[in-house]
Amino acid sequence: MRALAAVLAVIWLVPLAWTLDTALKPESETTRIPVSWFVPGMSLDAFGRVFGDGEVLAWLGNSLLVGVAVTVLTVAVTSLAAFGLSRTRFRGRSFVLALLVAGVVVPPQVLIVPLFAEMVGLGIADTYWALVLPQVVLPAMVYVLKKFFDGVPRELEEAAVIDGAGRLRVYWSLMLPLARPALAAVAIFTFVTTWNNFLWPFVAVSDPHLMTFPVGLATVQSSYGVRYAQVLAAALLGGLPLVALFLAFQRQLVTAIKG
Amino acid sequence: MKRSGFWFVAPFLVLYVAFLVVPMLVGLGASVTDQGITGHAKFVGGANYLELFRDPAVWSSLWHTLIFTVTSTPAIVLVGLGMALLANRAVPERWLYRLAFFAPYLLPVSVVVLIWNWLYQPGFGLINDLLTRLGLGEVGWLSTDGMAMTSIVITTVWWTAGFGFLLYLAALQEIPRQLYEASALDGATPLQQLRRITMPLLSRTHQLVIVLQILASLKVFDQIYLLSGQGGIPGVRSIVQYIYESGFTRFRVGYASAISYVFFALIAVIALVHFRLTAEKR
Repeated sequence: MRALAAVLAVIWLVPLAWTLDTALKPESETTRIPVSWFVPGMSLDAFGRVFGDGEVLAWLGNSLLVGVAVTVLTVAVTSLAAFGLSRTRFRGRSFVLALLVAGVVVPPQVLIVPLFAEMVGLGIADTYWALVLPQVVLPAMVYVLKKFFDGVPRELEEAAVIDGAGRLRVYWSLMLPLARPALAAVAIFTFVTTWNNFLWPFVAVSDPHLMTFPVGLATVQSSYGVRYAQVLAAALLGGLPLVALFLAFQRQLVTAIKG
Repeated sequence: MKRSGFWFVAPFLVLYVAFLVVPMLVGLGASVTDQGITGHAKFVGGANYLELFRDPAVWSSLWHTLIFTVTSTPAIVLVGLGMALLANRAVPERWLYRLAFFAPYLLPVSVVVLIWNWLYQPGFGLINDLLTRLGLGEVGWLSTDGMAMTSIVITTVWWTAGFGFLLYLAALQEIPRQLYEASALDGATPLQQLRRITMPLLSRTHQLVIVLQILASLKVFDQIYLLSGQGGIPGVRSIVQYIYESGFTRFRVGYASAISYVFFALIAVIALVHFRLTAEKR
């Protein structure tokens, strides 16, 4: 069993290891046949050239900007909505809940054409707005948080209200701190999804300066020609931040997926 | 006080309506017109829907999507389950398995495609190099229609098995250890424990992973489009890619919307069947 696990882990790691190996090779060695793993003259040059070139850095910057903006907006609007749906009763509440259930079923892929037409109509196609706003709509996240708020005992809330707290106060000073693990889960899940999203950012912007990392790497990589070490170094640079994030927040991510 | 609750929901609702409900309705409206990229659209009734049922490209791309779904889903689910069973054992190097199995899932699709394009290269690609050393012939992984789908499935399994792995791992950790200890005292072998304890307790997770995977596989676009050189291999084109091409390279917004709606109906039916089945069990 242990041997089997080790073999499978090695198979899973070999593609990454070989990518790193290639990125460290001098360009002239990358296409040599037969393949050799270690060659003289391995260095971090390819990584240095990626940093020097600026384009990849710009894409990473865009991904970070879009990822953070979508995450902050999503956490803000979904937690407000979840609180409203969990702790208050208002006319139309059940309609809103039904609307959200329906939204979970809608695949974003079927919206790309009309959504792009809408961006053109609003005059925000090929801008950061077009990258950020449509990605904030994650009805499933409202559910995750609503489920969490539903579990907070009423007595806590009533005590706060007796102390003179209004609804907004209860949301901000009582519910949000209590919900920190669930909010972290939503934030991480949103950030990962946004960082790795391809189809919508691919459709939404065509200006290379606005592209996110996955889109830039896929569409503009030809400008590297056949400099494999450099292309693969760029891939690793953009691929590893989330792996690092996962290592830091393993537990929250598991909660997010289970939630 | 009764009304104030609505204002908490309002900000989300505005975005939700603007970027989900409105495009759904706009798409439905466009699907009965001949709308192109600019200019006036003319009402054409059900013409787009009639056309798509007679369009061989719709059927072939649906077929590829189906092939992809029925080949990738079992592979991804089984590999994910296997990984979880292997990594759940209390061994010191457990963290390494978790990292190895889950890391690919965190990579953006274009990174995954770059890596696998590199592995599949003729001549200096690692996989063909290995085949050559073993005395076997090289394989044109991405150069033929027949092989391309297999290559895409292999890449997808490597990339996404980590998701099922994580769900299975979470489920395995909730099984009380005492169940295994008690059955071991009764003389149960590990294989019997797997069959009589682990598998029955995982049944809800199986269902969840399989349905999520089917829904995700039907929506495939990214890795097929990119691995086939931005759509260069027609034998693997998916339905989402056909929607994309109809709308953005042939500028037939109306027609693309009609295909989107038929595809959405398909997804919705599968999701509803799933909800119905799980609702009955509870």
